[in-house]
Amino acid sequence: MIRRLAPPTAEDPDDPGPERIYVLTGGRGGPHPRTRLDLVTLVLAVGGARNTAASRRGLFPEHRAIIRMCRRPLSVAELSAYLRLPFGATAVLVEDLLQAELVRTRAAVVPAVPDPALIEEVLRGLQRL
Amino acid sequence: MGFNGSEPSRARAGVRALEPTATVALKIAVVGPLGVGKSTLVRSVSEISPLTTEETMSRRSVPVDPLGPASTKTETTVAMDFGRITISERVVLYLFGTPGQERFWFLWDGLVEGALGAVVVVDVRRLAESFEVLERLERRGCAFIVAANGFPGAPVYPPEELREALDLAASVPVVDFDARVRDSCRDVLVSLAEHLLTAAHRSRGVG
Repeated sequence: MIRRLAPPTAEDPDDPGPERIYVLTGGRGGPHPRTRLDLVTLVLAVGGARNTAASRRGLFPEHRAIIRMCRRPLSVAELSAYLRLPFGATAVLVEDLLQAELVRTRAAVVPAVPDPALIEEVLRGLQRL
Repeated sequence: MGFNGSEPSRARAGVRALEPTATVALKIAVVGPLGVGKSTLVRSVSEISPLTTEETMSRRSVPVDPLGPASTKTETTVAMDFGRITISERVVLYLFGTPGQERFWFLWDGLVEGALGAVVVVDVRRLAESFEVLERLERRGCAFIVAANGFPGAPVYPPEELREALDLAASVPVVDFDARVRDSCRDVLVSLAEHLLTAAHRSRGVG
């Protein structure tokens, strides 16, 4: 935390160092496998009564940044890029917010045998590019 | 435990969120040796400026401990660039460029597993560098196509010769493309989607 309060370095004021990542994750290397967060899991903030100032108390600025960025859906990979945190650390923060019911996720599609209708939709979309 | 600092400033600007209707996110892996044109391909077709995410080695089992004795090992990270293509109101496609060398294979757990398919980008002047990547994709049962990036001055081989040189099954599409040209990259992705569609129909037929 002292590191964050110190004047930003000339090189990259936004780059969180390993100490910051350690503080954010509490030393957790990644989310619980049960959470099944993928690079392309879409995250969406939960609006309404639950998402109040009180419920956000005690969150890190990075948690709050995720909530704000996810007013519309965004993938965990994108959150990781915007926060400049490794995927594992970002997924830990998303997991915290899931537990607090401040965000929900739309599970990534992991097709063992992809649905032909879905592939056709992708094909048509690509052809329109 | 809280911390009332300001939000990371980078996270305040430039976020390109998805449409609220987006519900299905798919990923395609773009693999190949360093300098083969993966990032160029991603940049050419992406609707957003490509972003970078980092993956850390053994992120599930090894705690990130900056003070621990193994810290230099656990902090090993590799950057992946990725881009995004909105397919329809509900479907969004992400393209992840990832190096194909053995020392980066820890990345594959999170990437190739659950990917719709892969584009293997090759440079015809150094095909041997792609052998292991192809073998690994085959072993994992990940559908892929091979796309030869046409570097200026590089020889152009007919797809059949490339197929033979890479020892590929007849069913694997091999295409030429120019990673700098958007339409050319789109055609690569269209070829992959057509290949996936054929494979999907085939598995339906069998199952």
